[in-house]
Amino acid sequence: MIADQIVTGLLTGLIYGLMALGLSVIFGVMRIVNFAHGEMAVVAMYGAWAAFRYLGLDPLLSLLPIAAIMFGAGYALQRGLVQPFVSRPDYMQFILLISLALILTNGALLVFGPEARGIGVDYSFDSYEIGPLLIDKVRLLAAVAAVALTALLLAFFRFTLTGKAIRAAADNRIGAQVIGLDVKKLYAVTFGIGTACLGAAGTLMSLLVDVMPRVGPELTLLSFVIVIVGGLGSMAGALAGGVLIGVAEALAGTLLQPSLKSMFSYGLLVLILLLRPQGLLGERN
Amino acid sequence: MRIGLLILLGLFLLAPLAAGPYLLSLLTVLLTFAYLGQAWNIMMGFAGQLSLGHALYVGLGAYVSAALSIFWGVPPILGVFPAMAAAALVGAAIGLLSFRFAVKGVHFTLLTIAFAEIARILFQHLSILGGTGGLFLPVEVRSGVDLVHLRGDPRMFYYLILTMSVAVFFFCRALLASPLGYRWLALREDPGAAESLGVDLLRVKLAAIALSAALTAAGGVFAAFFYNALFPDQWFGLGYSIEIILAPIIGGLGTLFGPILGALLLSPLGEAISAVTESFGWQTAGIKPFCYGIVLLAIVKFLPDGVWPAIRKRLR
Repeated sequence: MIADQIVTGLLTGLIYGLMALGLSVIFGVMRIVNFAHGEMAVVAMYGAWAAFRYLGLDPLLSLLPIAAIMFGAGYALQRGLVQPFVSRPDYMQFILLISLALILTNGALLVFGPEARGIGVDYSFDSYEIGPLLIDKVRLLAAVAAVALTALLLAFFRFTLTGKAIRAAADNRIGAQVIGLDVKKLYAVTFGIGTACLGAAGTLMSLLVDVMPRVGPELTLLSFVIVIVGGLGSMAGALAGGVLIGVAEALAGTLLQPSLKSMFSYGLLVLILLLRPQGLLGERN
Repeated sequence: MRIGLLILLGLFLLAPLAAGPYLLSLLTVLLTFAYLGQAWNIMMGFAGQLSLGHALYVGLGAYVSAALSIFWGVPPILGVFPAMAAAALVGAAIGLLSFRFAVKGVHFTLLTIAFAEIARILFQHLSILGGTGGLFLPVEVRSGVDLVHLRGDPRMFYYLILTMSVAVFFFCRALLASPLGYRWLALREDPGAAESLGVDLLRVKLAAIALSAALTAAGGVFAAFFYNALFPDQWFGLGYSIEIILAPIIGGLGTLFGPILGALLLSPLGEAISAVTESFGWQTAGIKPFCYGIVLLAIVKFLPDGVWPAIRKRLR
């Protein structure tokens, strides 16, 4: 029973990790905290829901198209709106993205209404029995997809020229400009990648939880907790934080009251902010 | 400018003569946001500390005064003091923690959110205070004025929040002209330089947070007795914290007139939009915050200092 919960939390945590990775990448490169993170993920969740409802597409199939669309949206958003704010004070960036979050959440409320919408694929209730463990099939598939995408992303940053250029721009923006990198474009690509991450994570999440507008702010706060715990700007930290929070929430949900599980996350957030603000895996600067 | 302010005040004073119950409650809500925005502005606009958890202090003020009144019969005119003290203490504790562990910028803002969220979940589980089911103040229909128990007709509430808003306006004006006010501005503009000039950053920061929290809590006491129903999700929620900061940002951060102007612009806009969409028979849940989001976006994009500084420039 407890072991089942740990595995469930672990698998969910891998999807959380992918979502938080999007936040972490954007912050790591541009030093912008995307306050509309969860709200954007909800847009992807509605996309997955609509694709399933009207086109009959399994979210595992609509995953890549939605991520691609979200990449374009993120790229355009950075180019059209966020770019001039890169060099402005923290609080301005915050307020800009809060306004975006308000628009997205309430726009979703206007278009889709407050009711929860779930995706019921025909294998929703299947599960695998591995030894003593009972594992949901959807959760396992979603987690595998999340891991594959995360690996792809890490490989992108490690091996491709664009990935290396983005890392260079993150390390030293002026140096990157001096050697002729188009930093603005790299920033837009980064924002696109971050948005694609949460688009993919949102699509996968739509298999596990119902979509409704108020999920947005919850996911934003959840992503904040994860990246702060793991280390803001650290990619490995986002994954570790995702898994840690996933498992902790699953356990707190079984051992304590389910409604207390986010209390646990916020408590952890406060502790980390005070004692180790760079996060568990982040580097102090 | 002074004449404009006097005219505005005169209009507010005379409004109940002409306003019906609907308009009066709208004006009361407007002034509540002007008041809360002014209180928040002390921390962000003057001292440069972005708090996205001010619902925590509204909620604390509301719950403390309501609980004192319900369980021990303490009237709100006395209950407001422990309510403000509780909020000031919590604010100071958060400030002290963040200072001791050097939590700054984005991290500080996240800390304020985290504490508000913790309080929200905590109050959801305090069954003695109603939990998620809510805490209700007994409603008595009285036509007279009972300021001690905050019971009376809507006009009393209106004049009370008007008085509070005017008082907090002049209080903030005095603060800005005081040595403390100059230290806040120094802290906001450049903490390092301020410290090197001998500004005690810890004291100055704590003063900003505690004062802002206490004044916000007083607004919470007012709101508790005005609405009579407290729910942790609403009173401590992030959504409320964001609603509080809209008016001062749109009106002009750090300006005295900004929060009032912001509330004057936003509330009628929200009401007008609701009225229009309702008259078309559209589903309207979310339309107001949706429009607030668009206005906020336009302001940060095109008038980052807010509306009031832009108007003031024209006037000169």
